Amino acid sequence: MNENLIHRLKGHVLKVLHLFALFIAMSIICIPGLWVVLNSFRPTVEIMAKPPVWIPNDLSLDHYRAMFGAAGEGGVPVLQYFTNSLIISLTSTIIAILVGMAGGYAFARFKFRGKAGIFIGIMITRAVPGVSLSLPLFIVMAKTGLIDTHLGLILVYIALNVPFTIWLIDGFFRQVPVDLAEAAEIDGCTRWQAFWKVEFPVARAGIASAGIFAFLTSWNEYALASQLTRSTFSKTMPVGLRDFTSEFTINWGGMCALAVLMIIPALILTFIVQKHLISGLTFGGVKG
Amino acid sequence: MTRFRLPTWFVLLLPAIIVLVAVVLIPLVLSLYSSFTPYRLTRPESLYKWIGTFNYEKAVKSAHFWAAFGRTVLLLTIALNLEMLMGLGLALLVNRVTYGQRALRTLMMFPMMFSPVLVGFQFKFIFNDNVGLVNNALQSLGLTDVAIPWLVDGKLAFMSILAAEMWSSTSVFAILILAGLFAVPRDPIEAAKVDGCTPWQSFRHITLPYIMPFIYIALAIRSLDVARAYDIVQIMTNGGPARRTELLWTMIGRTGYVDAKMGYANAMGYISIFLAIFFTIYFFRKLNAARTELGMAG
Repeated sequence: MNENLIHRLKGHVLKVLHLFALFIAMSIICIPGLWVVLNSFRPTVEIMAKPPVWIPNDLSLDHYRAMFGAAGEGGVPVLQYFTNSLIISLTSTIIAILVGMAGGYAFARFKFRGKAGIFIGIMITRAVPGVSLSLPLFIVMAKTGLIDTHLGLILVYIALNVPFTIWLIDGFFRQVPVDLAEAAEIDGCTRWQAFWKVEFPVARAGIASAGIFAFLTSWNEYALASQLTRSTFSKTMPVGLRDFTSEFTINWGGMCALAVLMIIPALILTFIVQKHLISGLTFGGVKG
Repeated sequence: MTRFRLPTWFVLLLPAIIVLVAVVLIPLVLSLYSSFTPYRLTRPESLYKWIGTFNYEKAVKSAHFWAAFGRTVLLLTIALNLEMLMGLGLALLVNRVTYGQRALRTLMMFPMMFSPVLVGFQFKFIFNDNVGLVNNALQSLGLTDVAIPWLVDGKLAFMSILAAEMWSSTSVFAILILAGLFAVPRDPIEAAKVDGCTPWQSFRHITLPYIMPFIYIALAIRSLDVARAYDIVQIMTNGGPARRTELLWTMIGRTGYVDAKMGYANAMGYISIFLAIFFTIYFFRKLNAARTELGMAG
């Protein structure tokens, strides 16, 4: 066998190994999620069957129909939870973005003493574990009457999201050349006009992706919501998942259907902004 | 007449600072205070009784506390390291792909859309000893005919939780490291190849230093919200059975809400907060060091 052939063979083997490893990795990533989606279309009897039914033979929309029915499946008011989640996530995201834009702009464009310290200080508030924060928040909110209200959870989520939105938006403003705004100011814009007319449009896509990141955090948050909400008036969907569990049994089918309902908005939003999200996180960090 | 004006940067930062003070700092001060009292939710007057460091002493002397503390640090260390290594591996695999890479990248982000609480339920289901996917698969393939008690045995439950945590977070690392790999300049690698470097050498001495800042960004981001693992653990085992998978967070939650001992729970909460802050500052420092090495600091 000549050397050329050996070399080529080695290349082929490596290529096959690479594809094989990739296939295994992607299967591990996808199967647990797809399993949930599949189960939302199967009757609970089939999910729980022993011996297992591998090839589903009875796909239906029963769980979804029950979920959107008047009382919801097993009396779980899914639509109410969905509305709560939507109101809370949207409001807190919009406010967090405005606050984050102000903060991110301050970090990107101004030099001041203790900048690094303040930045780390703001970031650290995010590191406080939700469950440790929920204990004192529970006491404060119980005293101020904010417990079990939309407003209470909105406030909490704004605070939860502000550090990340500042980090991301700071990164996006840094990518906008300073000269651009300066040129606008020379041409007679005020700083305020220069911001809205020049810098904001350039960084807009990035800011939108920071918004989606914030939205997803609020949409998926559980540790704080599970303690600060009590009734159907303010429970969000992650907390609502628990309604499908009773002491000894779990309604897997219904839960999977709610899970799919939770994932769909996340799926759509993430696909829209994936490119910006990555560049925001990395440039904010690397060049910060 | 000159009017005193606040500097612009301060005005811009003010809303952020106000929100964070109101929602994070004030409750934390309250929690610090209540950790020195025997506060119980059921008896409000106990908030005004000062008992000094009793709660902290009680925590430090408690074997359960140290077991949970050790388990938390162990879980964090193993999870972050493995996620980083597997994320690096995944990123390198995807980076070599020339056709259909965009689709693969999108597929890779699939687990990031799952709320941690959902991941908890999902893996509780998958590892269920009776009808779970894993046991069903093993039994159908004839590898075992007993039901493996994934979530009942202490060690297996720890591994199951680790698997769930890794499934949900490895892609964060992979995505960020992949972004780093795109930014690695081609020339030095070509030059190294010409100079006779093995692929491993050029990876070790050229690629790796370039993607190091990206790895630390990923670690810093993950350490910021690593306590989200609480959701997963709380759903999968809630620290059980019989405290075998108890982490600091589940212990705090149970002490505070179920046993209603808020003072004691807050004392333990403070210890966990310092743990989180330690991890965060550590990675931010590493990030800065890696940046300086590349001359990107500023």
